[in-house]
Amino acid sequence: MEKEEYLDLYHQMVLIRRIEEAAALLYQEGKIGGFLHLYIGQEAVSTGLISARLPQDRVITAYRDHGVAINCGVSADMVMAELLGKVTGTSHGKGGSMHMADVHKNFWGGHAIVGAHLPIAAGLALGDQYKGRNGVTICMFGDGATNIGYFHEALNLSKVWNLPVLWVCENNQYGMGTAVDRASAVSEIRQKAEGYCIPNERVDGMDIIKVRQAAERLLADIRSGKGPYFLEVETYRFSGHSMGDPERYRKQDEVKRWEENDPIGIYDHYLTSNKIAEEAELDQIDQKVAAEVQASIQFAETSPEPEPADLYKHVYFDK
Amino acid sequence: MARITMREAISRALWEEMERDPDVFIMGEEVGVWGGSYAVTKGFYDHFGEKRVRDTPISESTIIGAAIGAALTGLRPVAELMTINFAFSAMDHIVNQAAKLHYMFGGQMTLPLVIRTVGGGGRQLGATHSQTPDAVFAHFPGLKVVAPGTAEDAKGLLKSAIRSNDPIFFIEHATLYQVRGEVPDGDYTIPIGKSKVHREGKDVTIVTYSKMLETSTKAAEQLAATGIEAEIIDLRTLRPLDMEPVLASFRKTNRAVIVEEGWRSFGVGSEIASRIYEEAFDYVDAPIQRVAQKEVPLPYNRTLEQLALPQVEDVIQAVKEVL
Repeated sequence: MEKEEYLDLYHQMVLIRRIEEAAALLYQEGKIGGFLHLYIGQEAVSTGLISARLPQDRVITAYRDHGVAINCGVSADMVMAELLGKVTGTSHGKGGSMHMADVHKNFWGGHAIVGAHLPIAAGLALGDQYKGRNGVTICMFGDGATNIGYFHEALNLSKVWNLPVLWVCENNQYGMGTAVDRASAVSEIRQKAEGYCIPNERVDGMDIIKVRQAAERLLADIRSGKGPYFLEVETYRFSGHSMGDPERYRKQDEVKRWEENDPIGIYDHYLTSNKIAEEAELDQIDQKVAAEVQASIQFAETSPEPEPADLYKHVYFDK
Repeated sequence: MARITMREAISRALWEEMERDPDVFIMGEEVGVWGGSYAVTKGFYDHFGEKRVRDTPISESTIIGAAIGAALTGLRPVAELMTINFAFSAMDHIVNQAAKLHYMFGGQMTLPLVIRTVGGGGRQLGATHSQTPDAVFAHFPGLKVVAPGTAEDAKGLLKSAIRSNDPIFFIEHATLYQVRGEVPDGDYTIPIGKSKVHREGKDVTIVTYSKMLETSTKAAEQLAATGIEAEIIDLRTLRPLDMEPVLASFRKTNRAVIVEEGWRSFGVGSEIASRIYEEAFDYVDAPIQRVAQKEVPLPYNRTLEQLALPQVEDVIQAVKEVL
């Protein structure tokens, strides 16, 4: 990677962190409705993964999707506008926090039924295979999703049809409030892929360099026609499952222990200790991000609401 | 015109659309090597090959989910669910995904997707394999639900469905596959969302669709012998529902019987009757009658099963009630 790209990844991670912090405040002010699932703590996962993709590679994820949108190139303005339900948002205010997408950036959502997007991911990959395009579909999901039937059906089909999919399990240790070992018979989740003869590995999701390197290697393998691959990424969400989570299921010292492994701190240290960037350069990025987030809030707040007539728009494509 | 079975009509629609557009493909359980569990896709695998006639594992959710994903990339999948009873295993993908994605993401995703499936009772398959839950699927905005009753309509509607850019739930009836009908030669389409006057009459309006079109037609013939002329409206599409021919007929006859194979409660008849009361109340001369399946899971025993399903005599009886 060139220096510029290293700094860009840092910028993306910090931007996600600050957008999420701002969103939490806006939620508390009542400006964001519905559910709000924050990506704080997991920034290295999608930033590392998605930075390794080629433009033709599709990305699809679950409901913790703001960060993934940013990594796919969606602007902070559009993410914030969608959170505020504005017509300028990614989904014209009809999707909300859990349903962001931008198909022109090959970001296919933002899906809120746990595990249901895995079969859809298989279909996206089928589309590319059918047309002879050399794209790979990157499908991200949580540890909780590996306990639902869709997961098993989709992995099985992907192997039977040799589909170009990178299955990425973001193991953040809890499906809502239920710890992995209380919900899954297999605590090392990548082992589930063994049941479908899908090659698999586990990577430290707090270290963006490790995620990026794994993603580069696996995407190249899949692109060469080797079929699906399964990557388990070990990570942790520093906030609750969603806003208003009482967090009775985990102890504060556990959270503190993980927070010492802050993915942004780890990357900051990597950049400075390897003399890729100076602390002052990173500070400059921090300041730029703060201004960007403020501007996105301004953009979202001053954007128009959807019109009442928009209610009936897009129920069907054909008139 | 040629006189062919509904099975042949559906098969020809699929074949012609696959010849016409290389992005059309079929996926489902036993559609390929086996030739389709109802033989609709017999010969397709050998002609079109395994890329376009794709046998799937028994994974209904993933059949529909993967078809949705493929449709999002611009392909035109025809996903087959072996029976409508198995659609319940794919309910999330039909209801939460197929019916929602276009709207929920602000119109940026389109789904040129057809889900073909087979419903209906009357073949002694027991409660889990004999349902007619069409109304359930017609409940969801975002989905279109088509259920033809004639070979001509089946072919023309399926072609429209495959060319459509919306998700279409296409319900065939297992006991209609062998029924023959006149079908125009060559390529033609029939628009989705258009009801039709199937038989003209002046005394009573019978509103029906799919298998019950056959039952209602037999009833109308018997009624005609006694001097009663029933007008039959074939809905053909349940969503979007075209009420115009129904209302036009009702304003003429002032009496209506709605005949459906599914259960009465919360059914197609409930919806049609409400719409008539809402939109043509001044024309009502008698309480609208509904003929439907008895409110039981369908039993295996032949006598009991037939007792539960709507019969010609039930339609005649209902017509006499409203006259």
